[in-house]
This record gives sequence, C-alpha cells and structure tokens, in this order.
Amino acid sequence: MRHLLSTKDLGRAEAIQILDIAEDMADVQNREVKKLPTLRGKTVVNLFFEDSTRTRISFEAAAKRLSADVINFSAKGSSVSKGESLKDTAQTLAAMGADGVVIRHSASGAPQVLAQSDWIDAGVVNAGDGTHEHPTQALLDAFTMRRRLFPGDSRGRGLDGVSVVIVGDILHSRVARSNLWLLGTLGATVTFVAPATLVPVGADTWPVDLSFDLDATLALMQPDVVMMLRIQSERMNAAYFPSAREYGRQWGLDDERLARLRPDSIVMHPGPMNRGLEISAGAADSAQSTVLEQVANGVSIRMAVLYLLLSGEREALS
Amino acid sequence: MARTVLQQADIARALTRISHEILESNRGANDLVILGIPTRGVVLADRIGRIIAGIEQGTDPSAIVGSLDITMYRDDLARHPTRTPSPTQVPRQGIDGKTVVLVDDVLYSGRTIRAALDALNDLGRPRVVRLATLVDRGHRDLPIRADFVGKNLPTSREERINVRLTEIDGTEEVSIEEATSER
Amino acid sequence: MSESSYLLKGATLPNGQAADILIQDGRITSTAPGSSAPSGAVVVDAAGLVALPGLVDLHTHLREPGFEQSETVLTGTRAAAAGGFTSVFAMANTMPVSDTAGVVEQVQSLGDAAGYATVRPIGAVTVGLAGERLSEIGAMAQSRAAVRVFSDDGKCVHDSLLMRRALEYVKTFDGVIAQHAQDPRLTENAQMNEGALSSELGLKGWPAVAEESIIARDVLLAEHVGARLHICHLSTAGSVDVVRWAKARGIPVTAEATPHHLLLTEDLIRSYDARYKVNPPLRRDEDVQALRAGVADGTIDIVATDHAPHPRESKESEWDAASFGMVGLESALPVVQTALVDTGLLGWDDVARVLSTTPARIGRLNGHTHSFEEGAPANLTLVDPADRSTFTLDRLAGKSQNTPFEGVTLAGRVRWTFHHGFPTLRDGELASIEEAAAHARHLAREGVPAHG
Repeated sequence: MRHLLSTKDLGRAEAIQILDIAEDMADVQNREVKKLPTLRGKTVVNLFFEDSTRTRISFEAAAKRLSADVINFSAKGSSVSKGESLKDTAQTLAAMGADGVVIRHSASGAPQVLAQSDWIDAGVVNAGDGTHEHPTQALLDAFTMRRRLFPGDSRGRGLDGVSVVIVGDILHSRVARSNLWLLGTLGATVTFVAPATLVPVGADTWPVDLSFDLDATLALMQPDVVMMLRIQSERMNAAYFPSAREYGRQWGLDDERLARLRPDSIVMHPGPMNRGLEISAGAADSAQSTVLEQVANGVSIRMAVLYLLLSGEREALS
Repeated sequence: MARTVLQQADIARALTRISHEILESNRGANDLVILGIPTRGVVLADRIGRIIAGIEQGTDPSAIVGSLDITMYRDDLARHPTRTPSPTQVPRQGIDGKTVVLVDDVLYSGRTIRAALDALNDLGRPRVVRLATLVDRGHRDLPIRADFVGKNLPTSREERINVRLTEIDGTEEVSIEEATSER
Repeated sequence: MSESSYLLKGATLPNGQAADILIQDGRITSTAPGSSAPSGAVVVDAAGLVALPGLVDLHTHLREPGFEQSETVLTGTRAAAAGGFTSVFAMANTMPVSDTAGVVEQVQSLGDAAGYATVRPIGAVTVGLAGERLSEIGAMAQSRAAVRVFSDDGKCVHDSLLMRRALEYVKTFDGVIAQHAQDPRLTENAQMNEGALSSELGLKGWPAVAEESIIARDVLLAEHVGARLHICHLSTAGSVDVVRWAKARGIPVTAEATPHHLLLTEDLIRSYDARYKVNPPLRRDEDVQALRAGVADGTIDIVATDHAPHPRESKESEWDAASFGMVGLESALPVVQTALVDTGLLGWDDVARVLSTTPARIGRLNGHTHSFEEGAPANLTLVDPADRSTFTLDRLAGKSQNTPFEGVTLAGRVRWTFHHGFPTLRDGELASIEEAAAHARHLAREGVPAHG
C-alpha cells in the first residue's frame, strides 16, 4: 500500500489484512512494553489543517508505538494560516525528510492532491478530508464491530451479513461515507437514517438503504450495529432542521430507543458526542456502547496502516 | 537441481533427539516454554511440544508451546515489500523466569534470531533463552550459536535450503538446491 | 510589414465551394477559383484547408487591467490569433472593474495598439459587479469604446428589479445584457455539479436549478420589458429546455455554450485536479449531449470560450482553494470540430455561424461582414480539418496554461489567421509583437474603424 486515501478503493483482502494486522497491534497494546521498533528512523508528520486533538493524538500514539519520529504540524498559528499553500507546506516537509504524512484538511480531496503531486514522495494517510472520507475511522469502526460480534474469532473474516444502521448528518459526514464503502466491501448491509435535508443528493444511487424514520428502521432491521453521528452545532443555524429538540426527538438515540434494541446489538459513535442531542448519556455509557473501545482500537488500526505504508520498500508508482 | 538431505524419518529422529536434549538440559519440562518462529518454526515447536508431552507424563503441550512473530523486529524491513505479520502467542504461564527455547527451521545469518531476541525482550524476562534449529547451514553474520541442532549442513552461500513440512507443504523433506542465476 | 497581398489557393469555403482567396490591402478582392497571383503576392497552399470568417469570441477574460499576472490584452489577443479569432469581447471583471468609460476606453486602446485582434470591451452592468446599482452604461456606450454588451460575468445580476432595469436601460443604446446565470444563495461555496458524484467526493454541490431558475426568470423579464437578453455559458440540459421554450414564445433571447461544456463531464473531477474547476461547473454526459443538440438545432446561438486565464499557483492547490476557469481560445475550434462537426451535428457553415457571424451580430460588431464577398475586410482563418493531434501546452499562446485539454486528442488545427489582411498566424506561427504593432499602426492610419 502506498497511500491510504479512501476506503472506496480498498479491496476486501486488503481491508481484512489491515484489520488482522491491527489485531496483532492490539495484542502489543496489552503488553507491558507497548512499543515496537518497526519504524525506527522513519519520520511521520501529522499535518493538521483542521483541529482534531483526538485524531492527532491517536496517530501520534500509533506512530510512537512503532518507534517512528513524529512531527506535529498544526496549521493554526503557523505560516499556513498566513496564506502558505499546500504545495509550499508539502515541499517543506519533503525537505525535512518526512516518510509519511498524516493529513487532516477541511478541503475534500486535499490528501489525494498531495499524494498525486510531485511535491513530496511520502506515503499519505487521509486523516479526514472535508466531507469526503475518513478511512482510518471506518477501519477502526469495522475492527470494533468484528471484535464485538465475533469475540475470539475475528481474524481473517469480514462482516458478512452484519446489519449496520448509521444515523444523523450523512450529508456532511466523511465517517458515514468511509463506512458505507468499507462495510459494503466487507459484506455488511448499511442503512442511513436522517432527515431529508441531511441526505446527500444522489445517495439513492449508493449501495445503501435510505430511511427518514429511525423508529421504523430499528423495528424493521433489528440491527447488529447502530452508529450515531455527531450533529455539528453550525448545522442548526443553517436550516437543516428546526431545532435541537426536534432533531433529538426524531433522530436521537434516547434511553427508550436503546431499550428497544436487541440486547446483543452494539451502539457506536465516532466522537466527540453531544450527549442529550444525538445520543443520551444512558446510551453512551451503556454496556452496548463501544465508544471507548473505538478510541483504543483507533491506535491499533493506525499502527497497522502506518506499518503497511512505511515499513516495506516503497512501492513504485503504478 | 535439488538434492534431498533429510527424509521424513530423518526429520522425525532429529526432532526426537532435540526434544530429549531440551529435557535433559532443562532437567524436565518445568518452567519450559517453546516458541516457534513463523512459519515453519511454529510447526516444529508444536511437534517438539508433543514429543516432550509424550516423554514427560502430565505435560500439556499447549501450556508450553507458543509462537513468536519477529516481523516487526526485522532489520531488513525497508528492503522488501511489506510483510504481513503472524500472530505471537505466548503460553498462559508467560515467559518471565522461564527457560525459553526458540525454534526455527534453518539457522543461517543469525539475523532472524537477533530479531527474535529483541521481540522476546519486549515480552518479558526469561531466565535463559536457548535455540533449537532443524538445520544449521553456517555462514553466520552475528555471534549466535544454536544449542540444539537437527543436522549441520555445510553449504555454500549460493545454495538454497528448502525445508518442507507436511502441515504446510504437504510433503516432508529437507533439500539443497544448486545455485541458480538469482543470487 | 513586407507583404500586403496573399493568394490562398485551393481553400474550401464554409459552404463547401472551392476558392482561391485573393487578399489585397486588407480586403478580399476575389474568391474565384483559378485566380493567378498578382506579382508580389504570397501564395499560400490552402488545399485541404477550410476557410472560415474570422472567429469572434463574445466571452473572453483578458484580465487587464488588474490581473496582468494571468493575462494582458496583448497576450490574450495573441492567444486569440493562435485560435483563429479576429475579434474578442473582453469581460468586465477587471481591477478596476470595467464599469466606467475610462476603463473600457483603456482596454480598447490596448487592443487597438496590439494589432492581433479587434478588442471590444464589455461593460459591467452594476458598479463594481456588486449587483447593487447600475454602472454608467450610457457613458460606456457613448465612449470611444462604444460598448454594446454589458455583463457582470463572474457574478449574477440576481436582484430581480435591478435586472429588469438593466434590461430596459440598455435598450436605449441598442445594448444587450449578458447574464451569468447563477443563483448566489443556492451556490454558496459550491464546487462542482450537484449529484451523486459531488456527494461521493464531498465537494459542495452546484445544482442545475441554480442556473435554470435564473434563466427562467430572466427570459420572462426580457419578454415583459421587450429587451434583448443573452445568456452566458449554458451548462445544463434544463437550461437548454428553458431557452428553447423562450424562443418558441418569441422572446428575444440568445444563448451561448462553451467548448469545454460541449466536451468534458464532471467525471474528470474524481482526480480533484483543479484544472477541471470552472464556473459554471462541468456537468453530466446527459447535459453535454443536450448542449450539443441545442447548438445543432439553434437553441444555443453561439459558442464562446469563457477564456479564463489563471496563474499556476491558482490551480496547484486543493480543490476548494483553486480558482474557477479554463483558458480556451487556442483550443476552441478543435473542440468544436471534435464535439460538433465530426459528430455530424454541425457543418462548416454552421461553425461559421456559431463562432463568427452570430456572435458578431449579438455584440453589434460593426463592419464585420463575415462573408467572403469581394471587398469585405479580410478577417478569416484557415483550418486544417484533417489534423488529429494531442493538445499540448506549447499550443497555448497566452500567459496562462490552465487548459483542461492537455493530453486530449482533438480534431482540426488552425493554420492561418488574417486580421484585416494581416496574417496574425502564419502556418501555425504567430506574427511577432513588432509586426502586429506595425499592422495596428497601419490600421489606425487607414482609419479602419476600431469597432470593426
């Protein structure tokens, strides 16, 4: 693997390989010595044009546990906020000898532009681009599902036949997009539930079932997994729905809806959560919730991705 | 062309002898952990564990045998396409204070064993570490020596040693392949 | 200038007739086959070449004044000559905006001095393109630049009342409003055509209805006030339908399509390569086909380039940060041949209509007869329709290189361009800046009207 830009172009074997390597990495997380020497001498740059402390520290922990040197490059307060271009930044990082670049950017496609350019020869990991994709989040979600649904027997398998309901702001969610493609590749069936204003135009052509009605969908699907998406506060001011109260009533996972879920189903949230809006405190802290596992699994997945991108000899451009 | 140097019966005899030698030097199976190095070292470790369990009554092979993946510790990662690691499985008793016997199929440069020692170091602190190998073909790059050897095979660097084991390859033999155009 | 007589032997006129075109003292003096060259005349072997009236682009961004790092009147008209154009209408979104007589006269003078093509400035409809109050349309119309086309292109005149007043007011001066149809609220921060692909790529959608609703409103306004209306760069099938409906009602509306919207689709944006970022955005294949059909049946009157040069750094970036626009003068005719002629939708006489005579008429380009009659000004271009070649950056003659056609195989190649008898392009080679300037001085001495 040369770059990880999206889950859309990830094959099934490749995806399962990442999940399996993440299992090995997770084993390392349970040891007393959590560090591997694998990427000693390699330099990973966390290039964050958008604030995300959670994602950045997850990648930072992953790189450090593989013994890579980590440089954090945050756009805020740097030359980037003074108008330096992506190209100039990339060339600067190339001159510093970066082997891998983990990029988070508000513009969709920025990681792909970086990977396609001749500005830098590093492996590029998309850590979230605009409303496009967030592949490591989807991988850690799939990893979490696999471990919960097939305890002790997760290696080597996909998510065939698993039903996943993803609820909330699909329109602006790169997590929903990355999950859609990856879960489909792994054999799961996906249903999006959202108000019509938050369903992307053309989503009816995607391999997904669409629904506006959360209660009907939960009753009909009896899903294995319910994934709640974060509602950004700025959406409330942009007329996507009238009020937080109305949104929570229609599309929030409250205690009552939680009680109606199958007891062995799992509740996921990519974080950070708006407790009381899209998810109740009861649902977030229930035994069915995987929120904290997702955080831990994020490090394992990112270790696996960095390992695959940076350990071997660099693949030639195809 | 390939020339067979060990046949099925030779391999079986060698493993039985190694098992006895391990028990002798450890004075029994107590505090013994046998870790195979993937891929074929794991199969050999399994077999040794079963032979030992047959000799020392009351020994559960699964309690003393495990595997130790060294992919993440290799010193040549950047020179090859990315390798997919194999699982590391340590018996429940752990390795702290134990006698750990590393098992590999062929001992050559010693770099694999160097990586295995590093990997072991991150897992815990054994009392002693020993090395068992089915074939020692010489040409060491590092100051490493096997404690238990199935067969010493003098080779030239140009030759190739092929170890085939039923569980993985469907056949059972060790052969030497003549130098070909590749290295 | 060394020669003033040319004999273009064996050319094919747009109507298919063979012709030996004799050019003397800036005019066509004969097209009869078998003409012999007068002494001193340069004989051009035009066998296999199609002679078209000099192309007229109603929609060019020359960027001067204000954005000279992208293009100047001189470099932009060199690009025009390379593409077979003899007249270009220069859009008003300069810095300062071309919203006063002073700025349009400056642009006119720069064009007159360069000598590569006739430059006709377009005036802004509203002051500073702000969409708030009318600019001094009358002053621009009566200036030395004699502006007849008014446009806020780049921005939409979205206030309905202001648009109504503009349509009414330009009637006074036989002008026309060229509307950039884009509802600003529906396209806030929009990046590409809205649909399944924009949703997948996470790029903010630019719905077709944002264009179609403005066109629908404006044709009704034009009908109501009885004014001429021109719609810039149609990009959707729905827009073609609205214009077709308006024409059937007898509304005096004309419409244009760009070469890139006639050939390229949104699928190119999968690469996030900002060379494909343009306003209006590239659309679906259904839209491309509808635009082609619209040109073929006359619903769309003209093809105009929307030549929009940008410096390299404006395109070498993440998609959202990149500028909108593509250069188009040098590639326009090959794209039109590829998309419309070789597909059987247009003949060469139609090409002459959509790329020369009709844009000249809409823009009130005086003095351009655009015929091959004896005595007509020798504004013409010779095209080799048999050429099939990969478009390369070295075919660009302007200052910027933001073409979406690099590496695309296109049919047809412009070989010669004559502007008032002067070959601005000679067998693929541009005339030098000094020669063109000398030609410009010659025209000024002869009193050839700058507007023709």
